[in-house]
Amino acid sequence: MEPAATRGNPIVVRLPGVLVDLFPGARRRVEMDARTVAEMVDALDALWPGMRDRICDTRPAIRRHMNVFVDGERAMLETPIPARSEVFVLTAISGG
Amino acid sequence: MAAKVLVLLGTKKGAFIAESSDGRRTWTLRGPFCEMWPMNHVIGDPATGAIYGAGGNEWFGPAIWKSTDLGETWTHSSAGLAYAAGEEPVKSGWSVAVGDGAVYVGVQPAGLFRSDDGGASWTHLDGLQKHPSREHWNPGGAGLILHSIVLHPEDPDQVWIGISAAGVFHTADGGETWEPRNRGTRADFMPEGQNYPEFGQCVHNVVMAAGIPDRLYQQNHCGMYRSDDGGVEWRSIEDGLPSDFGFPAAAHPSDPDTLYLLPLNGATEGRFVPDAKAAVWRTRDGGRTWQDLRAGLPQEGAYFGVLRQAMATDRMDPAGVYFGTSSGALFASSDEGDSWSCIAEHLPTVLSVETLVVDG
Repeated sequence: MEPAATRGNPIVVRLPGVLVDLFPGARRRVEMDARTVAEMVDALDALWPGMRDRICDTRPAIRRHMNVFVDGERAMLETPIPARSEVFVLTAISGG
Repeated sequence: MAAKVLVLLGTKKGAFIAESSDGRRTWTLRGPFCEMWPMNHVIGDPATGAIYGAGGNEWFGPAIWKSTDLGETWTHSSAGLAYAAGEEPVKSGWSVAVGDGAVYVGVQPAGLFRSDDGGASWTHLDGLQKHPSREHWNPGGAGLILHSIVLHPEDPDQVWIGISAAGVFHTADGGETWEPRNRGTRADFMPEGQNYPEFGQCVHNVVMAAGIPDRLYQQNHCGMYRSDDGGVEWRSIEDGLPSDFGFPAAAHPSDPDTLYLLPLNGATEGRFVPDAKAAVWRTRDGGRTWQDLRAGLPQEGAYFGVLRQAMATDRMDPAGVYFGTSSGALFASSDEGDSWSCIAEHLPTVLSVETLVVDG
């Protein structure tokens, strides 16, 4: 069952495999209602508890090496999400 | 039942487990676990058999991993492993300790957390952050990390912690208040005349002697030390060692006078084993004299280091000793360090080595 964070603003969220792998049962493509990136993260955390901590730090902000793109534009937590948008959560280039 | 000995490895890319069921004669390696996250410290809880791993991933932040089936399956949590909104967030878990039914985790930037539900959720013991010295703490080379957690075996209110480079602190009230315990340890990196401050020393590792809670041993950035009063006073035990620099210290499981160190050639000399020849150094008399243990260790062309949590003993008799290298090799001795063999190689950089002995 999808969370009822915000009715009436349907979006599609695409998650990276390396994130989904941390949460048994999580899916790469999620349909939900959310009006901002923060609401989207709330909804993901309701579906798979703990996922917020993997996407956001406690400032709170999107983690430095994570990226969220709303309709092709890099977003922050307060970024609004237009209805029927596709939101990509991606891991940034990092590591060695 | 014959004991099974597990050597738990935290590496730059996941946790690994080397396991022996035949009296430490042969070893099998399993892993990588924990989704290849950098795992700074992986320990076993002898009371429950659970394995805990502290790590942090550049993408996903800090988490404490747990396995209750000797590494077959893992869960992870960072619930409560957080500072207040607006503060610099917790970057990674650096050290784990278990005792008295609780799990303690040290993190970067330096702080101490406690779990009373087996690692499912965490509570910040914020007394450390309230210490008046806090604003003067400076990070060491690996960041401002809380890397050593030493629990008192009989008094759960007493904990010693080591922070690079704030020094050793002790609490006698379960983490409400803390007192620096660095008297007698040097800070060579401070200006002349200021080399023995109350805090700010670059402690690298602190361990407790078996059966004597007031006896602590310390490997510091600037020397090796012993205390016989719970860290109130420290005195140097570096005479007879090839350098005053190294990272790990490992206490013998039953003999309080036996300690293992692995001195490196120096802080600015590459931090390799001295003369490119590997040796573990053992004292049998509480640090008065030292013996270099080399049998089976590489004696030419060895350009590796061993990090602060990457040496351990097991609780077998005779005791096993283990260390993992920056070049990804794991060396083991099943005779208290007298002879060594390489039981795994070509691993990622080894960040921690601990042991867990289980029946059967």
